[in-house]
Amino acid sequence: MEVDPFIFRLSIFILTIFIGYYVVWSVTPSLHTPLMSVTNAISSVIIVGAIIAALASEAENIFDAANIFGFLAIILAAVNIFGGFLVTQRMLAMYKKKKKDKK
Amino acid sequence: MISVNLLAVFYLISGVLFILALRGLSSPETSRQGNLFGMIGMTIAIGVTILSVGNFSTGFLYLLVLMLIGGSIGTFIAFKIPMTAMPELVAGFHSLVGLAAVFVAISAFLNPEVFNLGFQDNIKIASLIEMSLGAAIGAITFTGSVIAFLKLRGIMSGSSITFVGQHYLNLALGLILVCLIFYLCKTQVDTWFWTIIIISFLLGVLLIIPIGGADMPVVISMLNSYSGWAAAGIGFTLENTALIITGALVGSSGAILSYIMCKGMNRSFFNVILGGWGATDQSSSSKSKEQKPVKSGNADDAAFLMKNASSVIIVPGYGMAVAQAQHALREMVDVLKKNGVKVTYAIHPVAGRMPGHMNVLLAEANVPYDEVFELEEINNDFANCDVVYVIGANDVTNPVAKTDPQSPIYGMPILDVEKSKSVLFVKRSLSPGYAGIDNDLFYRDNTLMLFSDAKKMTEDIIKSL
Repeated sequence: MEVDPFIFRLSIFILTIFIGYYVVWSVTPSLHTPLMSVTNAISSVIIVGAIIAALASEAENIFDAANIFGFLAIILAAVNIFGGFLVTQRMLAMYKKKKKDKK
Repeated sequence: MISVNLLAVFYLISGVLFILALRGLSSPETSRQGNLFGMIGMTIAIGVTILSVGNFSTGFLYLLVLMLIGGSIGTFIAFKIPMTAMPELVAGFHSLVGLAAVFVAISAFLNPEVFNLGFQDNIKIASLIEMSLGAAIGAITFTGSVIAFLKLRGIMSGSSITFVGQHYLNLALGLILVCLIFYLCKTQVDTWFWTIIIISFLLGVLLIIPIGGADMPVVISMLNSYSGWAAAGIGFTLENTALIITGALVGSSGAILSYIMCKGMNRSFFNVILGGWGATDQSSSSKSKEQKPVKSGNADDAAFLMKNASSVIIVPGYGMAVAQAQHALREMVDVLKKNGVKVTYAIHPVAGRMPGHMNVLLAEANVPYDEVFELEEINNDFANCDVVYVIGANDVTNPVAKTDPQSPIYGMPILDVEKSKSVLFVKRSLSPGYAGIDNDLFYRDNTLMLFSDAKKMTEDIIKSL
């Protein structure tokens, strides 16, 4: 008897929830806003689903309803990926330590 | 072209990189590197997906163009957005993830062959459940975040909107959703699928409208969590490890943040979700109180007190964000430091409109992060402190939370501002804060009220220093 692949995916899912739990508790409270923007950016990895949806069918019917929804999802996710990572970058760049000598 | 196994390995790698991205946030020094890991992870995931599909015809061209359009919009927003608008930006971004999840689910439903989910009108039951859950959670995230965005942006009133039977209606809609998913699996009729999405859109609106302005930190964290679960649902449908890992990470991250925020207000999660805090309690507090004497002062008094203090603690709140006073505040602190005053900042977990909101604003104003402390770290220092400067905060300093078991905020952890030698309270009027409770602190002997706009008052103090 082989184990259903679903069970494997479920295992990954459950274990990652635990990883997430411990990793997120170790995030310093002052970085909670960047945490939200970066989790938001990485959840846009949903774009991989959108890419498959948009490109996977035959070339001639690229404007099938299914493909169009894929393309729309690509735009939305792309806004999020670039916006999310860059705004996080911008925020993190502002966190500075005390300067030794003040101007 | 890549084999399925190799593809899975690459998805695993990006999943690990995403974990490292979150791990980096444990300290500001490692955070930038973490963000870089996140970007690499995303690039790998997108790159191998394109290679695996192996379609480099017209469709690929569209893909590039669309990514370029979306990417430019995202980049533009990321660089233009003022830091004070961060809460609504995050809410807006959540709505996009939610909608993207809905679109991908629709696409998978319309064309299941592409994802190996069976055939149209004969989709595997497990996949149907996963995709309808993904679509439902995505839809709730979308409309919920749109409402949160409108409230934060001030387009919609921030107060809570409640009506009779609201919670029963939500409960009923939730049950209907479960039934619809069941019928969808049984009959494979696409009407049910569309109905699920429409009801979820409606439910998203209904869930968020009763929640008022100052509870927004919980809402944003919660929607963050939802967007993760939606991604995980789609991940299960598409049998994609990267999505499952990310979904689980984001889902648990948002859930933990919601928990921290609820704890910061000493309220249960359900209490916040069911909404209507300010609405119910206002009457009890405002009527019974008579006018009590209040000491008020001007900028010169405040400047005198702070200049002669040896230590000052600053307590910022949402009012500082509204008045955009963070830069003026930093300037004031600079002057004080030149006079040899020790200045630190104390931040309450729920100050502002999202987790970490105050920290970002202070960082923007070039306040070094090692001068900024969380509630537990600094609460004992108030007793040894000469002057506390409360700027735009209110409920989080109210001693009633410790003394009056009748008070709705009783038990909420507060900053022990009243223990310091004197308190300067910048506020426009004596009106109660969000929770609708009078702040005892206003009437204490050691409190000096500074009635003015946060930014203007701070600037005046700089002048008199």
